[in-house]
Amino acid sequence: MIRLEKRPTPSRAWTYATPLLAVALTMLAGGLMFAALGKNPFLAIKTIFYDPILGEFAFYYRGQLLVKAGPLILIAVGLAMGFKAGIWNIGAEGQYIVGAIFGAAVGLAFYPAEHWYIFPLMVIAGAIGGLLWAMIPALLKVKFNTNEILVSLLLVYVAEQFLAAMALGALRNPDATGFPGSRNLQQYEAASNPEIWAGTGIHMGVVAALIAVIFAYILLSRHLMGFHIQLAGQSPKAARFGGVNPTALVVFCMGLSGALAGLAGMFEVTGPAGQIAISFNSGYGFTAIIVAFLGRLHPIGILLAGLLMALTYIGGEAAQATLQIPAAAIQAFQGMLLFFLLGVDVLSNYRIRLVREGVA
Amino acid sequence: MTDLLSVQGLTKAYPGVVANDDVSFSIAPGEIHALLGENGAGKSTLVKMIYGLVKPDSGKMELFGKPFAPPEPRSARAAGVAMVFQHFSLFEALTVAENVGLGMENPPPLGQLSREIREVSHAYGLPLDPRRLVGELSAGERQRVEIVRCLLQDPKLLIMDEPTSVLTPQEVEILFATLNTLKAEGTSILYISHKLEEIRALCDGATILRRGKVVASCDPRENSAAELAELMVGEALQVPDRAPGETGKVVLAVAGLTSEHVDTFGTKLQNIGFEVRAGEVLGIGGVAGNGQDELLSALSGETIGSPETVRFRGKPVGHLPPNARRRLGMLSAPEERLGHAAAPDMSLVENAILSGWQRKKLTQGGGFLRWGAARSFAEEIIAAFDVRTPGPHVAARALSGGNLQKFVIGREMLQRPDLLIVNQPTWGVDASAAAAIRQALLDLASAGAAVVVISQDLDELMEVSDRFAALNAGHLSAPKAARGLSMEQIGLMLGGAHDMDVANTDEAHHIIETYEEGHP
Repeated sequence: MIRLEKRPTPSRAWTYATPLLAVALTMLAGGLMFAALGKNPFLAIKTIFYDPILGEFAFYYRGQLLVKAGPLILIAVGLAMGFKAGIWNIGAEGQYIVGAIFGAAVGLAFYPAEHWYIFPLMVIAGAIGGLLWAMIPALLKVKFNTNEILVSLLLVYVAEQFLAAMALGALRNPDATGFPGSRNLQQYEAASNPEIWAGTGIHMGVVAALIAVIFAYILLSRHLMGFHIQLAGQSPKAARFGGVNPTALVVFCMGLSGALAGLAGMFEVTGPAGQIAISFNSGYGFTAIIVAFLGRLHPIGILLAGLLMALTYIGGEAAQATLQIPAAAIQAFQGMLLFFLLGVDVLSNYRIRLVREGVA
Repeated sequence: MTDLLSVQGLTKAYPGVVANDDVSFSIAPGEIHALLGENGAGKSTLVKMIYGLVKPDSGKMELFGKPFAPPEPRSARAAGVAMVFQHFSLFEALTVAENVGLGMENPPPLGQLSREIREVSHAYGLPLDPRRLVGELSAGERQRVEIVRCLLQDPKLLIMDEPTSVLTPQEVEILFATLNTLKAEGTSILYISHKLEEIRALCDGATILRRGKVVASCDPRENSAAELAELMVGEALQVPDRAPGETGKVVLAVAGLTSEHVDTFGTKLQNIGFEVRAGEVLGIGGVAGNGQDELLSALSGETIGSPETVRFRGKPVGHLPPNARRRLGMLSAPEERLGHAAAPDMSLVENAILSGWQRKKLTQGGGFLRWGAARSFAEEIIAAFDVRTPGPHVAARALSGGNLQKFVIGREMLQRPDLLIVNQPTWGVDASAAAAIRQALLDLASAGAAVVVISQDLDELMEVSDRFAALNAGHLSAPKAARGLSMEQIGLMLGGAHDMDVANTDEAHHIIETYEEGHP
């Protein structure tokens, strides 16, 4: 009989080893799945994990890697603060959309003026947009004790409708003769977010993600607020004894994650995406939840997890293109990663013992 | 007449504590026998051995004169022993009949079971509708489900663990009528309680346990509640001849403190009022669950109310949250160490920050933590209170209960409070460490702080208190000078009689009647 024994203190070695083990198990199970689909599993795994970094067309993929990883990391860092405190913002996708709309709207309001302060104003507007959208579930939670998971999630779909309305209405490009979508901000210099070094994929959003990682690291390890966030998540009763104000914590964590998601949306719409369009959002807000957990809610872990997740996206697209692996299989592959991560997580807190039957 | 159950020399030791030490007693057929003792006296261990949940280290039991050593509850039930636990094991989403069936070895078909439940429950004056969902039932009705489940197995011995703790006075009367019916039919009942008046009203014999040993057997009807209390807590209960120190100004004044809302199973505080002066220790006694947690939480600031209910040095603080009170000098240590006073998965350094960051200045400008200072503070606590741990980096949950308690108490004391409120300061702590904690509390008072000690341990309260009050169902008795307080007075203050005041049998009958009319 296999028995799980709780470790008195969580194993540090396993805490670091489990993500690697999860990646290995994902490769194994994913390989089996690709084989079952009639594809060469080794080639598929190589296409996903190796080619984007060191393969023939890596010069193109590497830039894409940071373009994808940037928003994932930026959103995940914010979400992780809330998750650590036991506050579940599942609606980052909606905050990302609203941030993009706010940011773009401010920029478009100045069109075609060229001032140095336009882009900074758009950054602030983007953060405020995401923050306001996140305040809806936050305030409903503190006032009426509603479930923030449901409210934030459902607001994603509201935000999508809002996005479509903006793309077709208020923000539609007046010069585009009826096509939906706003002006392309990449072609409006004062409001654009170009690559800082051509070909690297590094734009302001990637820089912001790195800054967020550093700030989150300092907050969690050096600041009383970070201490209170962790305390509230681990032991709500002890947190109450320690004087943590639950209302303030909900507002802070939801606000922070909303603002960062809004920033990510704003950097995306001014950079890689370029315009407010009906299909602007591509699920970064949801994938960031996986990234946050894959990174063990730790800022450095999230940085690595964001890069890994971006790799599976880029590699997955490459595998679709070159090996004709269906998109659903790639999604299942990404799902396996989270599944195995959560599954092996048990090893850091529990020890597996083989017990002979009859010894009670 | 042969005894129904006889227990001889039962001993059970757990690491660090002998729960039962050479316990012997017997129950006659048709006897209601009380097992009396303070919390931790070993009552639960004893009945768990009889019910087959715990194996004794030595000693033997006989049922109807035959050796009886149930390896598991199933064999105890087969032999005719049934038990109603203090905490119910019922599924709220299932009906009464389904719940009863789940607890039986070979349940009859549901229709027949429902009929049996109806018959048995009416025959014993515990009306139950088998079709109702358990989630809709009151605590008293849920207990009936447990009792009826036992009665359907036709037990010879029914064990009841503190059955009245969740009942209203009226429900208590109904229960007692049922137990007397059972007794008349020859069923024996082992009745565990520390409510003395109840035992005097109901039981034929009593075995009194103290620290795992049988200290007396008596007929509770021939002894006063005060005599029983004295037996329960020990005749050696000595009120220390401690000269009352110089008491200063009033530090804490509580007036009209009433809980506005409480958790499920919580106790509502009822118009509590008392004062504590500088240099004084106020001891608050009473059985757990009578409002101790709620009182501590109202004083620590975890529960806030109107400003005037709690005053600190004359300043209204009833509306202030915990950290604002700490800044003023009001500190507290709750009963539950793991998960309330300390965060289990956090290190001792982090737990030192938990309540000490303000007064020990463990943060600097902008709220940044001073980890070095926090570590020194944790080390200071560990050294001063002899906390046995490999180091301050260890998670709180890795410490033994007693060691963590020393850490928690030490953390508050080393912050030099002007007022310290502690709940069960030495619960589960070994004797020498407990003595050290009590001495530290006394030293704190001598140094001019006001101290409130909430405890179930009367010995402890008599040792440290200048004045003593008892908490009972959310009411606090008027504090009296502890010096010279007789056992009888303490017994009366601890009450136990208050539950019975309003109960009368007519009322109980009335309830049964209305119940039956409402649910034909």
